[in-house]
Amino acid sequence: MIMGAEPRLGVSDPGPARRPWQPCCARTATLRACDGAPGSVHRLDPFSLISSHGARQAGEASLRALRVLLVVLLLFALAIGAFFLWARHSEIATIDPSRRPPADEAVVAKGAELAAIGDCDVCHTVPGGPPYAGGRPIPTPFGTIYSANITPDATTGIGHWSQAAFRRAMKEGVSRNGNDLYPAFPYDHYAKLGDDDIAALYAFLMSRAAVQSRPPANALIFPLNLRWTVAVWDLLYLDRTPFRPDPKQSEAWNRGAYLVQGLGHCGDCHTPRDRLGGERTAAAFAGGTAEGWSAPALTAASPAPLPWSEAQLFRYLHQGWDTAHGAAAGPMAPVTRDLARASASDVAAIATYVATLEGPGAARPAAAAATANARPLPTETVSASPADLGATLFEGACANCHSGISPMVPPHGIDLRRSTAIGAPDPTDAIFIVLDGIRPVEGERGPWMPRFDGAFTDAQLAALLNYLRAQHSGTPPWSDLDSRIRALRQSKERS
Amino acid sequence: MIELTVNGTAHRVDVDPATPLLYVLRDELQLNGAKFGCGLGQCGACTVMAEGEAIYSCLTPVAALQGRKITTVEGLGTAGNPGPLQRAFIAEQAAQCGYCIAGMVMRAQALLQRNSSPSDAEIRAEMEPNLCRCGTHMRILRAIRRASSEMRTASTQNATEARP
Repeated sequence: MIMGAEPRLGVSDPGPARRPWQPCCARTATLRACDGAPGSVHRLDPFSLISSHGARQAGEASLRALRVLLVVLLLFALAIGAFFLWARHSEIATIDPSRRPPADEAVVAKGAELAAIGDCDVCHTVPGGPPYAGGRPIPTPFGTIYSANITPDATTGIGHWSQAAFRRAMKEGVSRNGNDLYPAFPYDHYAKLGDDDIAALYAFLMSRAAVQSRPPANALIFPLNLRWTVAVWDLLYLDRTPFRPDPKQSEAWNRGAYLVQGLGHCGDCHTPRDRLGGERTAAAFAGGTAEGWSAPALTAASPAPLPWSEAQLFRYLHQGWDTAHGAAAGPMAPVTRDLARASASDVAAIATYVATLEGPGAARPAAAAATANARPLPTETVSASPADLGATLFEGACANCHSGISPMVPPHGIDLRRSTAIGAPDPTDAIFIVLDGIRPVEGERGPWMPRFDGAFTDAQLAALLNYLRAQHSGTPPWSDLDSRIRALRQSKERS
Repeated sequence: MIELTVNGTAHRVDVDPATPLLYVLRDELQLNGAKFGCGLGQCGACTVMAEGEAIYSCLTPVAALQGRKITTVEGLGTAGNPGPLQRAFIAEQAAQCGYCIAGMVMRAQALLQRNSSPSDAEIRAEMEPNLCRCGTHMRILRAIRRASSEMRTASTQNATEARP
């Protein structure tokens, strides 16, 4: 084929005349120069730097080079063709929702608990809107994605999806009609799920009230607004291997690992991402970001002043706060609200697994657990001068709740020497918490910290946080505090 | 000495700069509208405004408020000449024991200054930090809606009358 094309080179072929609306360069595909004069031809010379004398001698060499170029181009075209063939997904036929066999109640109940671990409602519900009806804007570095309606509505939801279509969406990130789904939907985690669990989730979702609601169209930058580009992402980041239990670990640990790596998609926030938005698996759980907040590391790099014990993790995850570590805030708050509805044994398994992520130091023997706070708290060595504005503000605004008299029991806040946010490398979470407070969902119970955004100016907030950092963390001052305060005050990501 | 501007009047008070505003209002300036409820920012009875934003006066040290305009419920009107929001609270009989009302009025005032026609959802979300143990929340919500619509009508009438 390539050889057949060769004799055309250099033949005086006038070629199609250029029309006024045709860009000149469009014709370079016919290996024709852009001089515009019909009939005039010259050879496209890849070695155009060679003088016209030299060109004659270099003729053969350039022909060889062209041949190589064509081979490369053809291989490239074949690769692209193969990629698109591979990336093309078939449509899975719709089903008649009225003919869906009724699901077993126990399976639906199991699906409800699993959906709580997967936090499905958090993204698939507009705050205050009907559950699972989608439409919540998910900000990404590449634009805004609106979550899908996953109620059983047949026209705008997934009521006409078969279980097979649902399974493919969960594990491969492909919609029923064959379109790629964006990885804001964490199918790269759900790929680890077992089919039984997916069946339970399907049964649960199909038991929800159908809501007719079409989410707004995504607003993503080019070329990511073309769904097929996700197939490239999948090539790079989608690991299709199912979860493999570690026979050396306990059953609870393995259950926890399965839930954390799969359905819980904890790494979605707690693992750093690269520029293309893929999780850097080599740095799993080393800390990431979520909705503008920083999600602390769960590994040995954890900024928590005290190591997390299994029991503390369980309480924190299941009730939303723990006396030694404080209350869940920001995007973690809805996660713990969901985990309150999950099965206690699954949450305990998650705690078992996560407690081991900190490394051997954290897995303390029962004897040491008696003196649970093995890592010493920083002592209050920095003495504040009376003129220190931060100390004054702390005394008037914070000390009533945070004076460190006892472990946190709401309404009293945590002893700030135990605060992860104050000791964290990034001041973002501490700024958010002081500005916006910590509040439970309207009408629900939970720790309540009042907001201080109206009370403090930027400079006052900086003075307060600098004081808290120096007094309570024993870590060096934040270098970017002032600029972070200004930026976050203006950001739209605050509640 | 701490300099404070409350309801348009400048005051110089000799207090520890860490003192929360509430104690200065009540003990030094005899402005008893703002109430002590919990002292922990959990109930909202002490709410006043600083530069138009609702703050908990029980948790805001006066050191943070120098040079900023503070408004308390006394700044909105008097018993003889109540302000629009106070009139609406009276019209809807929104107070039972009345302990929370000054805080409710101030948080609602901050909302209406920022957003003159809030939706019901916006009113509820804004008022959530303020508690009423008598349970007159529904009347309080009605009073805020009434004030919002009366303040809008008044501003429209003013605009119409101002035309030649």
